[in-house]
Amino acid sequence: MHLGVSESMRECEYNQISTRSSTPMETPYKNRTPKKRKWESFPGRNKFYCNGRIMMAKQTGVFYLTLALILVTCGLFFTFDCPFLALQLTPVIPVIGGVLFLFVLGTLLRTSFSDPGVLPRANADEAADLERQIDVANGSTGYRPPPRTKEVVINGQTVKLKYCFTCKIFRPPRASHCSLCDNCVERFDHHCPWVGNCVGRRNYRFFYMFILSLSFLTIFIFSFVITHIILRSHRFGFLSALKDSPASVLEVVVCFFSVWSIVGLSGFHTYLISSNQTTNEDIKGSWSSKRGKDNYNPYSYGNIFTNCCAALCGPLPPSLIDRRGFVRSDAPQLAPPTNGITTYGATQSQQGHMCDQDHCIQGTKFVLQAAATPLLQQHSSEPVILTTCPENGGSMPGRGPLTLGGPCASLPLGQPTPPTSIPSLGCHEAADMLPIHGHGHSHNHSHPLQEPVAHHHFLTPEEVPSPPGMLPCGSPMGHNHAMQAGFYNPASQDSLHEDSVRGLVKLSFV
Amino acid sequence: MAETHSLQDMRQQASVAAKVFIQRDYTNGTVCHFQTKFPSELESRQQSMAFWSNSTCFQFSREKINKQQFEETVRTLNNLYAEAEKLGSQSYIEGCLACLTAYIIFLCMETHYEKVLKKIAKYIQEQNEKIYAPQGLLLTDPIERGLRVIEVTIFEERSLTR
Repeated sequence: MHLGVSESMRECEYNQISTRSSTPMETPYKNRTPKKRKWESFPGRNKFYCNGRIMMAKQTGVFYLTLALILVTCGLFFTFDCPFLALQLTPVIPVIGGVLFLFVLGTLLRTSFSDPGVLPRANADEAADLERQIDVANGSTGYRPPPRTKEVVINGQTVKLKYCFTCKIFRPPRASHCSLCDNCVERFDHHCPWVGNCVGRRNYRFFYMFILSLSFLTIFIFSFVITHIILRSHRFGFLSALKDSPASVLEVVVCFFSVWSIVGLSGFHTYLISSNQTTNEDIKGSWSSKRGKDNYNPYSYGNIFTNCCAALCGPLPPSLIDRRGFVRSDAPQLAPPTNGITTYGATQSQQGHMCDQDHCIQGTKFVLQAAATPLLQQHSSEPVILTTCPENGGSMPGRGPLTLGGPCASLPLGQPTPPTSIPSLGCHEAADMLPIHGHGHSHNHSHPLQEPVAHHHFLTPEEVPSPPGMLPCGSPMGHNHAMQAGFYNPASQDSLHEDSVRGLVKLSFV
Repeated sequence: MAETHSLQDMRQQASVAAKVFIQRDYTNGTVCHFQTKFPSELESRQQSMAFWSNSTCFQFSREKINKQQFEETVRTLNNLYAEAEKLGSQSYIEGCLACLTAYIIFLCMETHYEKVLKKIAKYIQEQNEKIYAPQGLLLTDPIERGLRVIEVTIFEERSLTR
């Protein structure tokens, strides 16, 4: 990278008219700012590891607990129970156990580390365009614009698309904004603290495979530990058997409590998959027949088999947020970069691999430059789309339509439960629906519950458009434009003409 | 990379007159489908351009932006996205294979969706070069906008006489 930069510097010094070099004014500036990856200035409340390859929610404590529980229980099983069982029964038992364990771990890590389907926030131009359209539609100029919704008819059902004030987009159907991660997620299911991530379009199948395989693993370990104890007690007596392998007792306890909740959860999600609903929709009763006779799920394919195949074996969409791409410090803006809005827009700019498009841009640019009078300044034209102040939409904490953090309508801890203020312990609404609730699990929640609630109240006023992390981009932006002002001068007209001819030639070749 | 930087700069320097956003059309569900309605902002643009070559000025004027061509482009894009998200035997095989290998195969293999996205990127580049750049337009690949919009950048036209 550094080599490339110094090379172009040399190029610049002797050959300003080369179509492939950068201007002498820019390159020294460019040397000063290190290239940042997009994950470093991601506006949501996520944590990134391995240089953007791994993406998790902010609160990951419970995830480490899940991991520890699985590793410890399986470790004890393989160490204390498997030798006996392998000898007495069959060595296939540890093998199957091993395969299940690896599958569980693999799917857990996939669920926790992948992008659930986060929708990138709109850049300044898009947001301004939407605002303009909404204002035209509303015709109102109130201080507090009413909650913005758009109605769409999907397969005969009227669906309301809500406007997300944080992300400045109309949420696609089935998308929801997670208040914990502060992102809009496609096909949002719930935010699962046990996996430390949201469960959405891109990782739902991994989540389902995780809970399914974990149910099998839990049942497997539970049954074989019981078998082990029984076989031992036949020989040595019950108490002696317990003394010989104390680990088995711990395993039985853990598995007993896990089985009820995990198996219940798997059953619930199997139902959701077969009817092509999300946890969010089910809890809200969006497609329940109780709402009306004609209320049906427009996304369902009609039969259980297709619904299952679509959810589990359908195409996996790629991540929309390009975590590892490089931030382009400049992005074509309509207005000069005089305020924070442009900063926001700058970091929402395009992906790193722009090479193909840049050829096009180069071509267009040369054609236009040839037509343009090089003497004139860039910003003479009036921008058609004005970047409006996004503070209108952003500064209202605790507003209803915004934070659908998740489907936590029911929570057994006696707290008031508006969906916006409780972190969704989504995995446990399902447990609530069963007659037997995993008591052990509710204790685990009291600790992480306090934190996120506090976080939420602390963070809602923070719906300000430009987070501090993005401010550094503002200065390069301004700097760039200032430099461009100095770039064009009458003396370079001839070189520009040569450039333009070369550019046209290049255009015809590309 | 310095190359990219300078091209981006140049893109900025060719002044952007306006941006038009083609939004998603959700009437068929959550499938990626863009509205094929020709945006009104593109309708009344008279293009009059001139360029220099070997100290001679060539001037010409283009007709209005071709509505049919634009709608055709959007329709082709919609078809490509539908192909990417299609539930067919290929996607099922891919899904099942991936499940059996505990999804490790995704680390090595490119998914069908990604392959189609590459096709789309190539198509947009082609369209830009052949049709839209000469008209002073630039279509941005929707994947760079999170598949929310097709951004059409309208560059300012300048007419020049000698």
